[in-house]
Parts: sequence; structure tokens; C-alpha cells
Amino acid sequence: MTMKMTTRLARGAALSTAAILLATSANAQTLTFFTGNDQAVVAYSEAVAEAFEAANPGVTVEVEVGPGGTERDNMVKSRLATGTMSDVFVYNAGSLFQAINPMQTTVDLSNEPWQDSILESFKQTVTAQDGTVRGAPFGMAMGGGVLYNKPIYEELGLEVPMTWDQFMSNNQAVADAGYVPVIQTYGDTWTSQLFVLADYFNVQAAEPDFAERYTNNEAKYATSEAAMAGFQYLEDVNEAGYLNEDYGAATLADGLRMVATGEGAHYPMLTFALGTIGQNYPDNLNDVGFFAIPGDSPDVNGATIWMPTGLYVASEGPNVELAKQFVAFAASPEIACDLQMEVAPVTGPFLVAGCELPEDVPAGVADMQPYFEADGRTAPALEFLSPIKGPNLENLTVEVGSGIRPAAEAAELYDEDVRKQAQQLGLEGW
Amino acid sequence: MTTVALDTPKATSTPKALRKDLRYPSWFYLPAGTIYFILFLVPTVASLYFSLTRWTLFNSTFIGLENFQQFFREPFLFQSLINTVIFAVITSGAKVVLGLLLAVLLTSNIALRGFLRSVVFFPVLVSVIGVGITFTVLMHPTQGLINTSLEAIGIDGPGWLTDPRLALFSVALVDIWRGVGLATVIYMAGIVSIPQDYYEASRIDGARPIQQFFLITVPLVRPAMVTVIILSFIGGLRLFDLVWAMTRGGPGFASDVMASVIYKQYQAGFYGLSTAGNVVLFMLIACLAVPLAIFLNRREVNQ
Amino acid sequence: MNLIKRYWLTALASIVALVVFVTPFIFIILMAVKDRQQAALRDMSWPINFQLVENFLAVVQARDYMLITAYINSTILTVGSVTILVIVASMVGFVLQRHPTKWTPVVEFFVMAGLMIPPAVVPTIWLLQGIGLFKTLHGMILIEVAYNMSFAVILYRQFVATIPREMDEAAIIDGAKPLDVFFRVVFPMMWPVTVTNIVVQSVGIFNDFVNPLYYLPGRGNETVQLTLYSFQSQFNTQYNLLFMDILLVTIPPLLVFLFFNRQIVAGLSAGAIKG
Repeated sequence: MTMKMTTRLARGAALSTAAILLATSANAQTLTFFTGNDQAVVAYSEAVAEAFEAANPGVTVEVEVGPGGTERDNMVKSRLATGTMSDVFVYNAGSLFQAINPMQTTVDLSNEPWQDSILESFKQTVTAQDGTVRGAPFGMAMGGGVLYNKPIYEELGLEVPMTWDQFMSNNQAVADAGYVPVIQTYGDTWTSQLFVLADYFNVQAAEPDFAERYTNNEAKYATSEAAMAGFQYLEDVNEAGYLNEDYGAATLADGLRMVATGEGAHYPMLTFALGTIGQNYPDNLNDVGFFAIPGDSPDVNGATIWMPTGLYVASEGPNVELAKQFVAFAASPEIACDLQMEVAPVTGPFLVAGCELPEDVPAGVADMQPYFEADGRTAPALEFLSPIKGPNLENLTVEVGSGIRPAAEAAELYDEDVRKQAQQLGLEGW
Repeated sequence: MTTVALDTPKATSTPKALRKDLRYPSWFYLPAGTIYFILFLVPTVASLYFSLTRWTLFNSTFIGLENFQQFFREPFLFQSLINTVIFAVITSGAKVVLGLLLAVLLTSNIALRGFLRSVVFFPVLVSVIGVGITFTVLMHPTQGLINTSLEAIGIDGPGWLTDPRLALFSVALVDIWRGVGLATVIYMAGIVSIPQDYYEASRIDGARPIQQFFLITVPLVRPAMVTVIILSFIGGLRLFDLVWAMTRGGPGFASDVMASVIYKQYQAGFYGLSTAGNVVLFMLIACLAVPLAIFLNRREVNQ
Repeated sequence: MNLIKRYWLTALASIVALVVFVTPFIFIILMAVKDRQQAALRDMSWPINFQLVENFLAVVQARDYMLITAYINSTILTVGSVTILVIVASMVGFVLQRHPTKWTPVVEFFVMAGLMIPPAVVPTIWLLQGIGLFKTLHGMILIEVAYNMSFAVILYRQFVATIPREMDEAAIIDGAKPLDVFFRVVFPMMWPVTVTNIVVQSVGIFNDFVNPLYYLPGRGNETVQLTLYSFQSQFNTQYNLLFMDILLVTIPPLLVFLFFNRQIVAGLSAGAIKG
């Protein structure tokens, strides 16, 4: 222990000294790897790096953990723009991927042999405007919907709601029994968006061409009844007084505690959070179930799906070939399926063909299976279908959820926000 | 500014007054000026150009003044402008007044003086992130120490950071907590340099402590006060990190100030727009702070 | 009667100051030594299990002893930039106050501009890359010097006004060179404000996180504030470790302050005699 610590100390000192002397040129056998900062992602990244080092003697992989949230977007963009990104980096697929100007900043991976085993649905979300594929999946797909506490449902004899009205009457029953019906956590503002974003299955069911028309400046949130519904839901649950008392300050961690331990019944969230629950409340993991945000009709019911983050090669890195090997390694079934299942919690289906979910998945993940197995019961979130996502959505949804602003007004302001984003992206027709 | 080596004044005539530029050579500006010019001015001027473009970091299209129009169209800009001024006035006003009172207290003969001096300065030492984390915990509406203490004496505490009407003021309160120690130190330096004779003479004349405060202390700490006013007012107008660490401008947009609106544009990838916002913020500060500084310095000279 | 009233007023003010300024620190310390379950309550209770050592080790060991690398980097950054800053800013403050010329307003404009204009991040990165200083501590030191220059100059200029002009003029007549006069005569007299500058600037630079985030990325380049930043998400359910990190990160500025505290007081009273 002491020995280890001294060498680490020495290494730290050496690194700093090297930085001061400006002397080190990059070792050709050192690969830099910039990854996400979620606990589970860090653990998985380090495991992949270690495995790669073991498989390629002489190669060192330096894992760098950046900041989280929107600071991350910022940092990734400025480092890509200035050619200072790590050799391999992890970043979102979909609209955020489009905003990093992938044709200039990332390496074309379309013709890599491993692409054959990647599911088409993922490839679309990491495809640049010129049709080339730029990334590999790094993680599992996620469902967006409502995490619910099963013991409360059993105790009160409730059924999984198939329509919004059923959901609201379940909430009433939960409130009457003295539990919190709907958990909201605006201490982490992004969590406020789930009612709007995870309702996209229902939007698409009502208006199949919404994404295309939205991208072309034709469809608007404020004028589409289906798209407005998400904002309206948020207003409804606040007005009915169904939220936890500290919704304004609670954080994601609080929300997960509440839904896992039965303080609250419903928490609109992405299923990656099941991994966090598994780590922090292992005994309660199977108390948490999942259902899609219900719409108007019991016949039209399905889940909105989020793609995992992608793994990309930065185009200006000095180690492009080694970096490509690393991505191929990370996309292989041995790593993407086996190692991942070993190190990281299972939160949803894999995007690498031939990967099977294990038998004993958490209850929440098992609840997602029926949506995937049936035809037409899933839709990707809008951010994977359109390059435009307005940056102010989370602030507007906080306002609606806190009763500061009516839903209709927020939807109009969001349309304005979307227009700004589209202009920035230089899209046609805006 | 650094190349003004030898503009010889006519002072060479008398032997006592050596040429001023030899005694106080302008090249003293050079080391500081070089660093400042290269690392601050050059990028700033470059960014002025980008404020006229739609800029993705990867490429930029010239669009004239459109960013400025867009910036003034921002739905929450007006509110954030008002918030910025409110915030700067409240925090700098409180630092000017409380700092002076604390400095008087801490230069008088009180028990625990040394300890109190340190204690008042402690908050200056904690990083903004540390302050942000600590106070979001303390100000939590149901579990926070502040509200549980209030509850113990029968008061129903408000949602300090979650009530849209209160959030800005709560952040201002924390900013005062964090910044008043610095103001106090600047004041203390001024107060201890006031000759004790003045106080003794006035005491013999029968002046009360309160009169001494207004007739001796306040006028004579003017230079320190000017420094405190200017630094804290500009600091208040520019403040960003504390707002970001505590509320991120929320709930919604309730505690947004100019700097946080600009930062949000930057984060969202509207680089040209955020640069334009920087220019606007600079103008705002210049319009408010420069006249203030001129006014305060002029009166200082007149005295 | 009046005396008692004053006494009580002073005592009351002291107590209020004590409560307002000390409570958050006690809170931080208590949180830092609690166990995870108790820390999750986020209250002011006395720790049931003292976990000082466990929490300390957990934070220090996290992410491959990142905190230790970060301490080294932050120390170099702070010491380097404050040293340069004190030297160059005191020179500017001195000449600026002593020798007004037609250029003085220009210099003052730039000083104010430095205080008012928010830095332009991306052009600065390009520039640093161009001169080979991006991602280096050198570059970061110079950036901190440039960004904190105005504040330091203002403090110095204000203080130089209180030093009698006769002191430096006498030295000049003795035939000393400007640089000698400055560093042998004037600079020592400015010690009190230099201490203020050292304390304020070193704390500010040590605590800066935005600038290192942009200009000093990369593994091995972490500064202590960045560890707080990444621990904030990593320890988001372990408040005890988060607060332990806040505590550890606050200790170096605290030591700097305690070390210079006497000097501040001593310097201040020296100023009083002189005045």
C-alpha cells in the first residue's frame, strides 16, 4: 500500500515536471481516451482500457474523465475545434453528435469490419451528413419512461396504466395512501425534460412525419396537439399537487432513492438509472419497474428509446491507427457484451448483434423487453431523428413543472429556442 | 502604451527634479503590458470579429449585427439585465456598508479580535464550487440546516433557491457572505492608517464615538471605500460562477444574470451569439462603472 | 450605562459574526467525518462514527491518486503566477501612481478593461497553441497573470499613494538606478499590500476552475478544483466524501492565510505608524 502510494506520487510528480519542462513528446504507444464521468461509465472505461493494454503489450491507455452535463458539451466542442481532443472519445449520438461537426472532427469508420455487427438503428445516429458512419456504441440502449415502485403498486392493487387518465387516477390512489405520487428532481435540471422527451412515442404515433416536418421548420410544439401533450402533463401533475415537497431542490440521487425505497411511486427517468439504483440500493433493485409514458388510447402504447453514447476517433489525434484498433476492440462482442455485463449494470438491450441479455436482468429491464419484442411499440427519441434540440428545454420544463409558466407559453418559447438552434446548425428553410 | 519611453517634460531645468521618466521609467509597464497584450487583448480583439459571425468553432459565416439583434430578442434577456443590476447594487452596497462596520468592529478593542478577523476572512478562502455545494445543502427547502433551524423556532422557512422570487436574493446573500471579508480587509488597512491623534483630539473636544465614525473614519477611509465600491460593483455585474454553482440561473430563468445568459449561449454552441453577449455586457459595465469610477476618483482628487 | 450598552452591542455583533461565518465551516467539518448514511441526512448532528481516516483515504485514493497530482499542479500554478503577478503589477502600480503622463488614461483604460471584459476562450486556445503553451503549466501561469493583472495593479496603485514621495525621491538623488530604487526602497514599503495581493491572488488562482478547465486539459494536468468538479458527480450520493474533498481543498488557502495573517496585521500597524 505504502509502496504503491509512493510510486503513484512519483508518477504524479514526474507528470507535472514533464509538463513544466515541455519536454515530453507523445509516446507512440500511449493512447488517450476521453470518457464520460458517470460512475458506471468510468468503471467500464477503465476495464476496457485495462483489457486493451493486456491484449496489446507495450500500449498504455490513459483514461481521462471530463466534466459532466453541459460543461461536457462545451469542452468536447472546444477541444475538437482546436484539435486537442484525446485520440478516442466518448460522446452522445444523435443531435449532439451532429453539433460537433463530425465530418471534420472525427475519423470515418464506415468501412471497418466490425460495423457489420452493429445494429442499423444505432448506426443512423452516428452517421454524418455525408452518409459516413463515425462511431461505435459504447454502452447499452435505454428506455425513457416512468420508473415505478412495485411494492406500492402491489399494496394498493394498482395496474400499470395504459392511458394518461389511468396514470392520473393511479396518482390519486397513491396520494391517498400517503406516498408521493410523482417524483420530480429539479436540482438536476435535465431530469425535468422526461415528460416531454419520453412522450415522443406518442407524438410519432399521432403524427408519423413529425420529426421530418419539425426539422424542416413545418411542425411546431406549440401548434401540434400531440407534441404539446408532454408540456401539458408536466403542468397537470404540478397542478394536482402530486409532486414531492422538495421537487425544486431534490437531485437525481434523491429521486432514485425515493422510487427505490418506496417513498414515491413514479419517477419519469431513463433506464440507465437502474444501474445507479443497483449500486446504491442493491436490495431494492427489483422493486423498481418500468412503463412507457401512456398516451390517450390503450391501443397505442410504446416506449421512447435512447441510444447509448458513441465511441469516436478524433481526426487530428497522432495515433489514429491505434485508436481505430481500440474502437474495434471495444466494439467486439467479447468487450461490448461480456466484459460490459461483468463490469457495468445491465440497463437495456445491446446494439451489437449476437449480444444476449442475461437471464437475471433487473425487473426494470425485464419490463422493457415486451416493448422491444412487439412490433411498433418503440420509437427513438426525437434527438436521434432530428439534429435540432433546443438548449433551453430543461429550463422551460422546470418552469412548467414548478408552476411558474403555463405549458402553452413554454411550448411557444421552446419553438423559438429550436429556431435559434436550427439557424446555428445552418439548416435549410430556417 | 509601453513604447512611450521618452516624452521628456520640461522639468529638467531644476537639479532637484530629475527627469520624471528616469525616476519612474515607462518601461516598468513593459513586462506586465506584454503578457496582458498577448494573452488578453489579442484574443479579445479577435473575438470582436466573431461577434459578427455565426460561429460553430469549426467555421464562421459573417452575418453583421444579427447576433446583437438576436441577443436583444432573447426572451429572458430583459429580466436578466434587471437581475444583474439588482444583484450588483445589493451585493456591492452590502459589502461597502457591512465591510466598513466589520472593519470598525475588528479594529476596536474587542475580545477575540484576532480570531474574529480570521473568521470573517475564511469564506474568501473557499472555492466557489465548495461554497456552492455547501450552501445548496444548507438552503435545501426541507432538509437544509437553515430551514430546519427556522422550523425549530416555529418559522416555516421558504425555498431559498427554489422559489423564483427568492433565488436571486439567496445567491446575493451568499455572495455577500463570501465577499465581505475582502472588503473588510481593505477597509481595515485604511482605518489603521488614520492617525490616532485625530481621534484623541476629537475626544478632548467631546465628540461621541458615533460622531467620530462619521466625521473622522468615514471621510478618511474614502480611498479604501472607492476601491471596495468599484471592485465589488464590477464584480457584481460580472458575477457568474456563484450563480452557476448554486442555481444555474434557475429555477427556470429566475436568477439568470447577464453573465449566465451569455454562458448558456456559449454552452449551447451559439459561439457568435455569446461573444456578442460579451460585448453587450462589457458595454453595460462600461456605461455603469466608468462614470462611477470617474465620479469617485474626481471627488478623491478634490479633497 | 452607555458603556454597558456599547459593550453589549459589540458582544452581540461579535456573536452574530461568529455564528454567520463559522457555522458553515463547522458543518463542512462535521459532514466530512461522518459515515455515509449519516451524511446523507445533511444535518448538523454530531458524527456517530468518526470516519476521518477512512474518508480521507477514500478521497485521496480516488481516481488513481488524482488529488495528489492535483495538489502538485495547483501549487506550481499558484506560486508561479502569484510571484510573477506581484513583481510586474507592483511595477505598473508604482509608475502609474507616481508619474502621470498623457498615456496614463490609456493605461488606466486597459486596467479597467481587464477588470470588465470577460476573456475570449477559443481565440485564446488558438493563440496558446500557436506559441506552444497550450496544455502546459507555463501557459496556464501566464494566463492567470494576464487575467488577474488589473486587480493587482489597482490594489498597488491605491497603496503607493500612501507612501510619501520623499522616500523614493531621496533615494534617486542618492544616485540609485530606478530598478534599484524600486526593489530596494519602494517594494519593501509596499509589503502590506503585497501580502494582501499574495493572499487574495493565490486564493483566487488556487480556487479557479473555469480557466484550467479550458487551457489545461488532459490527464496529469488536473488542478484541485477540477477534482472537486469531477468528484461532485462521482460522489453524488456520498456527501461525506464530497465534503471531505471540500475540506482538503480548502486547507491550503487556509494555511496561506494563517501564515500571512500576522504579517497582514503587522503590516497594517506599520502603515499606521508611518501615516
